[in-house]
Amino acid sequence: MNFNFKHEWIETNVGLMLVITMIVISIGGLVEIVPLFLIKNTVEKVDGVRPYTPLESRGRDIYVREGCYLCHSQMIRPLVEEAARYGHYSLAAESQYDHPFQWGSKRTGPDLARVGKKYSNEWHVQHLLAPRSMVPESVMPNYPWLLTTPLDTSDLVDRMKAQRTVGVPYSLTDAEYQRNVKQFGAETAKWLHIPDAQANLLKQAQEGNYDGDRTNISEMDALVAYLQVLGTMVDFSKYDAEYLMKGRGTP
Amino acid sequence: MAAVSIASREQYNFDVVRQFTVMSLFWGVVGMLAGLYIAAELAWPLLNFDIPYITFGRLRPVHTSGVIFGFGGSALFATSYYIVQRTCQTRLISDALAKFTFWGWQAVIVLAAVSYMLGYSQGREYAEMEWPIDILIEVVWIAYMVVFIGTIMRRKQPHIYVANWFYLAFILATALLHTFNNLAVPVNLFSMKSYSLFAGSQDAMVQWWYGHNAVGFILTAGFLGMMYYFVPKQAGRPIYSYRLSIVHFWALTFLYMWVGTHHLHWTAVPDWTSTLAATFSIMLLLPSWGGMINGIMTLSGAWDKLRTDPIMRFLAVALSFYGMSTFEGPMMALKSVNALSHYTDWTIGHVHSGTLGWVAMITFGSFYHMIPKLWNTKLYSERLVYWHFWLATIGILLYIVAMWISGIGQGMMWRTFDDFGNLKYSFAETVAMVRPFYVMRAVGGLFFFSGVLIMVYNVFKTIRQGTQEAAELEAKYAAKLAQAGA
Repeated sequence: MNFNFKHEWIETNVGLMLVITMIVISIGGLVEIVPLFLIKNTVEKVDGVRPYTPLESRGRDIYVREGCYLCHSQMIRPLVEEAARYGHYSLAAESQYDHPFQWGSKRTGPDLARVGKKYSNEWHVQHLLAPRSMVPESVMPNYPWLLTTPLDTSDLVDRMKAQRTVGVPYSLTDAEYQRNVKQFGAETAKWLHIPDAQANLLKQAQEGNYDGDRTNISEMDALVAYLQVLGTMVDFSKYDAEYLMKGRGTP
Repeated sequence: MAAVSIASREQYNFDVVRQFTVMSLFWGVVGMLAGLYIAAELAWPLLNFDIPYITFGRLRPVHTSGVIFGFGGSALFATSYYIVQRTCQTRLISDALAKFTFWGWQAVIVLAAVSYMLGYSQGREYAEMEWPIDILIEVVWIAYMVVFIGTIMRRKQPHIYVANWFYLAFILATALLHTFNNLAVPVNLFSMKSYSLFAGSQDAMVQWWYGHNAVGFILTAGFLGMMYYFVPKQAGRPIYSYRLSIVHFWALTFLYMWVGTHHLHWTAVPDWTSTLAATFSIMLLLPSWGGMINGIMTLSGAWDKLRTDPIMRFLAVALSFYGMSTFEGPMMALKSVNALSHYTDWTIGHVHSGTLGWVAMITFGSFYHMIPKLWNTKLYSERLVYWHFWLATIGILLYIVAMWISGIGQGMMWRTFDDFGNLKYSFAETVAMVRPFYVMRAVGGLFFFSGVLIMVYNVFKTIRQGTQEAAELEAKYAAKLAQAGA
């Protein structure tokens, strides 16, 4: 074949350079990212993982707002020392409803993927108000305004609808509600029903009494509710190691 | 209005270049001050003062966006507009569109910084801007693309100069990355809050494809464009190897896009993506060092200038740090090393050896070369350039050494077991260990920041000198004209 390629062709033709550059920079992303949407076991099938309740979801919004992810990861790696410190390694399934993911990249403070139920509500409230009163070595900022700021729930329904649009199975119609009953059980499905969002949020805040004050719902209520559910959804006694490794390893 | 009348006489549109240059330095000061402050917050948490707007979590994106997009972004706009006009020997195709990119970009940075402090964040590292700002970025970027590519199309030379290839790749890749990483659904049209289109593992992959390539294309390819123009200019020698620059360009643009997943080693993504990323990270060492060698060899033969020309020092040290951090990066991308380094301060140190050592130093060198030309004068003081150089270099060294010690220390302490098989250190103990090094890091930052302030003073005086000289010239002309008329 007499195909005498000259780089000069590209250097003298901006259109050609544009097209070739575009192709060259697209390949890597296409090969690594697109399959993750297609390969089924990228996210393992495990029971228990459910979308956040309205209160937890609002707590998560506050977690994102304050930039907690800049110092705390939510991703335990399958290493012996991490199992000893934090518990079972994180599954892809556990963040399947997280828009955006909050795995983080830095541990100025400890990982929070399984912080749920490890400390009492009172501990969390005190720690968020004044971290050094609980952990003298801590360099975390105080967050006193969380307790004094009432939780804004005015756009709660819109927030849940937006999450539904991006794929979180919150139910809006009866058919969707029935689907959730089948997938998550009747008890959980109730918490995920958008028309009942306000009532559900109120109920959880009242019953949970996360900030120790039942008379109002503060941002502290929401954030602590979120922290207390982190990493608690999957019952790991039900799965063997080999099954869980499938998503990570060879298909 | 002497400046205006001189501008109108110019063959090139240097007005917009001057504007971006000044704002780059302005955002450099703001962004680095924010960085210095959050470094101090980590050393002395009291400095958070219980004020929501200035807590670490809200101020950290102000630092990262301020320096990456404010300082770095404006510097890239300035130098790309300068280089594309000079190498194509033609004026920007549209002054109005160029002006729009300037004001649009400044608006982006202001809005981003203010919104972060108010608590609006997408929660994606280096892409924290919420959706309305993202749309503005998209519009500005398309305008930038039109101006840059349009100007290349009007070139008077058949060949497109190599610096422009790198700027072109940077502009295209940034458009691609920004678009896909910011796909999100807003809560409603009047809400700043949005939820990302992707979730969990897929979201993580998209974000780090973006995150690492923001490094690869904004902080590397863009600044390589700078290197390929200003290094040969300042050295007074042609680029060492034309062939090497071709290989450098294509290999770099191809390989970078594969390596983002090395930020996700050992996490809940499929192992093969991680392995691919590690492999490509190692391969990336070759074009990176190819580029570095191309730059260093261009300087070689003009080594004597290192003694007499402070600008050459900035360029040489920038290339050295580029070589160092592009060696360190692939090492950290190995899974076994990453198991130790990930989540620690080592990563922070690595980023800063790249951003302070390479990005900022090459920018300072380029600016010291370009600014006197833009204002038609000489640098106000070479002595101050030396001062800046030493303060910056010492600052970087303090910073990265502090982060090496605290980072590797953290990594080791987190994984140490005692004789009975229990973890030896509580997390709090590791926090106590790193505190002194957080102080050392802040001191390093202070050194670096002081250098920048010196530069700002030097540039301010240079600009004043330039405008005064221009005014005097203008007055002389006017007098001559008046004489001739009489």
